[in-house]
Amino acid sequence: MNFDFSDEQKQMRDEARKYLAEQCPPKAVREVLDGKVPYDKALWKGLAEMGFLGVAIPEKFGGAGAGHLELCVIAEEMGRALAPVPFSSTVYLAAEAILIAGSDMQKQKWLPKIASGDAIGTLALFEGKGNPSPKAVKVTANGGVLNGVKKPVADGAIADFAVVAARAGSSGRESDISLFIVDLKAGGVAVKSLTNIDLTRGQAEITFKDAKAEPLGAAGEGWSVITQVLDRAAVLMAFEQVGGADRALEMGRDYALDRIAFGRPIGSFQAVKHMLADMYVSATLARSNCYYGAWALSTNAGELPEAAAAARISATQAFQHCAKNNIQVHGGMGFTWEFDCHMYYRRANAVALGLGSLSYWEDALIDRMRKKNAA
Amino acid sequence: MNFDDTPQEAAFRAEAKAWIAANAPKQYEDELRKASLGRVQLKGANILEVAKAWQKKKADAGWACLHWPKEYGGRGSSPIERVIWQQEEGPFGRLSSMFIIGHGMCGPTMMAFAGEEQKRKYLPPLASGEKVWCQLFSEPAGGSDVAGLRTRAEKQGDEWVINGQKIWTSGAHYSDYGILLTRTDPNVAKHKGLTMFFLDMKSPGVEVRPIKQASGASDFNEVYFTDVRIPDSQRLGNVNDGWNVSLTTLMNERMSIGAGVATGFPELFDFCNSLMLEDGPAIENRAVRAKLANWAVKASGLKYTSMRAISALSRGERPGPENSIGKLVAGSMIQDVATYALDLQGAAGALNGPEDAEVAGKFQAMLLRAPGTRVEGGTDEIMRNIIAERVLGLPGDIRVDKDVPFNKIPTKGRA
Repeated sequence: MNFDFSDEQKQMRDEARKYLAEQCPPKAVREVLDGKVPYDKALWKGLAEMGFLGVAIPEKFGGAGAGHLELCVIAEEMGRALAPVPFSSTVYLAAEAILIAGSDMQKQKWLPKIASGDAIGTLALFEGKGNPSPKAVKVTANGGVLNGVKKPVADGAIADFAVVAARAGSSGRESDISLFIVDLKAGGVAVKSLTNIDLTRGQAEITFKDAKAEPLGAAGEGWSVITQVLDRAAVLMAFEQVGGADRALEMGRDYALDRIAFGRPIGSFQAVKHMLADMYVSATLARSNCYYGAWALSTNAGELPEAAAAARISATQAFQHCAKNNIQVHGGMGFTWEFDCHMYYRRANAVALGLGSLSYWEDALIDRMRKKNAA
Repeated sequence: MNFDDTPQEAAFRAEAKAWIAANAPKQYEDELRKASLGRVQLKGANILEVAKAWQKKKADAGWACLHWPKEYGGRGSSPIERVIWQQEEGPFGRLSSMFIIGHGMCGPTMMAFAGEEQKRKYLPPLASGEKVWCQLFSEPAGGSDVAGLRTRAEKQGDEWVINGQKIWTSGAHYSDYGILLTRTDPNVAKHKGLTMFFLDMKSPGVEVRPIKQASGASDFNEVYFTDVRIPDSQRLGNVNDGWNVSLTTLMNERMSIGAGVATGFPELFDFCNSLMLEDGPAIENRAVRAKLANWAVKASGLKYTSMRAISALSRGERPGPENSIGKLVAGSMIQDVATYALDLQGAAGALNGPEDAEVAGKFQAMLLRAPGTRVEGGTDEIMRNIIAERVLGLPGDIRVDKDVPFNKIPTKGRA
């Protein structure tokens, strides 16, 4: 047994951290935050050159072919740096969907473009309020075209293509749902940017009017693919969340050491120390759940659904907890636009919703534990 | 990252499994499996005798105190082998609870500070459970503030004469030996005038009085010392260096190896799986599921945190202060889980009798024991201080008595 990343994987983490510290300082994140650019194009190209976009894509499809443990390591650093690029939508959602369900030709077509940074992808699943559910999918697929509205779609306004969940039957069962790849630059697709609580990663509304769609995977198996994609993305996103939580904790700790009040560093007051200790506890529990998720993801273990839900819940809680209390430690300064605390707070709360909310995953976890117990 | 046994680990597991299957006291398996947290009792059998017999059997076959060196009664095993053993020992491991202090704290302290002859004399019977040890640190005036203790040790010839009182001493009523922290110089700052000894608990002048706890049980004791004589040869470490000796003990105390911190979660999950509420099975209730999920990820987080610690240990890293996390999280969690399990039972949750209470009163027992878990071995607050100071590097608490001679420290508030 060895419950840790290898030395090579740790080396990769150091490399990614160093790269992002140089290429993605808070100043770069603020370019997107302030609405000057929709995402950091230079960083996106750089990540492609570093091989990070295709780290889990096989070599024959233009990737580095390293694997999912390596992708977890990169994901943590992306979260830590709040990288304002469509990494999660392209790499965890679109690429994973194609890896799971794509034909050889589709893989040949899309995966090399993803790895090289030439195509931004996303998953168009949600249609307004609510959590992932086949019943909530109203967009129709008929005669090779899609009709209906998806929102919110992560990075939808900058994406080149989307994997879209659509209703191709009317039996009322999961098997009505199929997946399609849609070229978002083609006719019949209208994209509108939506404002959202995390200004560093965009959300969009996509309207399909007889938009041409190419089937992805077998007809009627869309929901099973979506479930697998969400589980994998849950683990990867959880690493981003742990990276963010760790950074928020670090910011709080550093401020508590520097800031003097009543003649002492505020970090010497037990009320502040204990708050920071609790932040450490939640980040540590989340990290450990994430490691288990990483193992399940990388070995495609039967435990993945349960491990993914646990990582997701734990990391969501930890990031929200650390981001919120980081502002509290900073006091009034933490609530100013100039300090970076709010960027982590925004990200923590937005990322908590993007794959289905906390309550959705809580429900899923107990469901899965119960099934395992009964088996 | 993997969970598979190496061929060596697999061989060890197979050997352990076979031996346990052939030798464990299976007649108690069911009872041990069902026993409530923090308290193991067996119907119609003396738990101490059963535990001692199992420990002796393990020791004779080379399965006791796996990580200790062989010459002191152990097996020289790796940290991962210890975990494998714990996994295979399963519910029978609960029988070791009366040896935890001896094996986890007294033994390592003896190993670090006793003479070679003493180690060979005292450690093997400790490992085999023939002799039980306790740890005499806490006092009425010094709980979390261990160094505030007042039990005096005065040198007379080749002996030390001990007078004073200890409290919260687990298992003192059935212990044969103890390690004892005393004050040998009250004229210097409190950490600088302490000395550690070990002693025979049957020595004249030692009186053990069990304390009835809030839970109704009596696991702890007060121990009184009246002119108890200890030979100087039983001193551990240098005179007035007892604080450093005790830090070795406490570090071992916090080094909770294994995936075994009790959280109450598996019990609650099973309970909710079978419980019917007014509107259907508890496990299908959305609010119940949200609560369960929150505790599920805490329990799994603790489990995998300890596996990470074991991986680090097996690479040769030392156990650090981050190990304080287990007790801190599990302590409150048991309390919350028990409170919730009673809440689900409505008015009947208050009933305690094994006949009336759900799951034989397991959650009621857990509720009444839980406050102790949050205090013993360092309070939640001390654990948070340890994490804040030693992991996160925040400033230490202000200690106004730090450089004051012990006998000048005020002893009463609101004087």
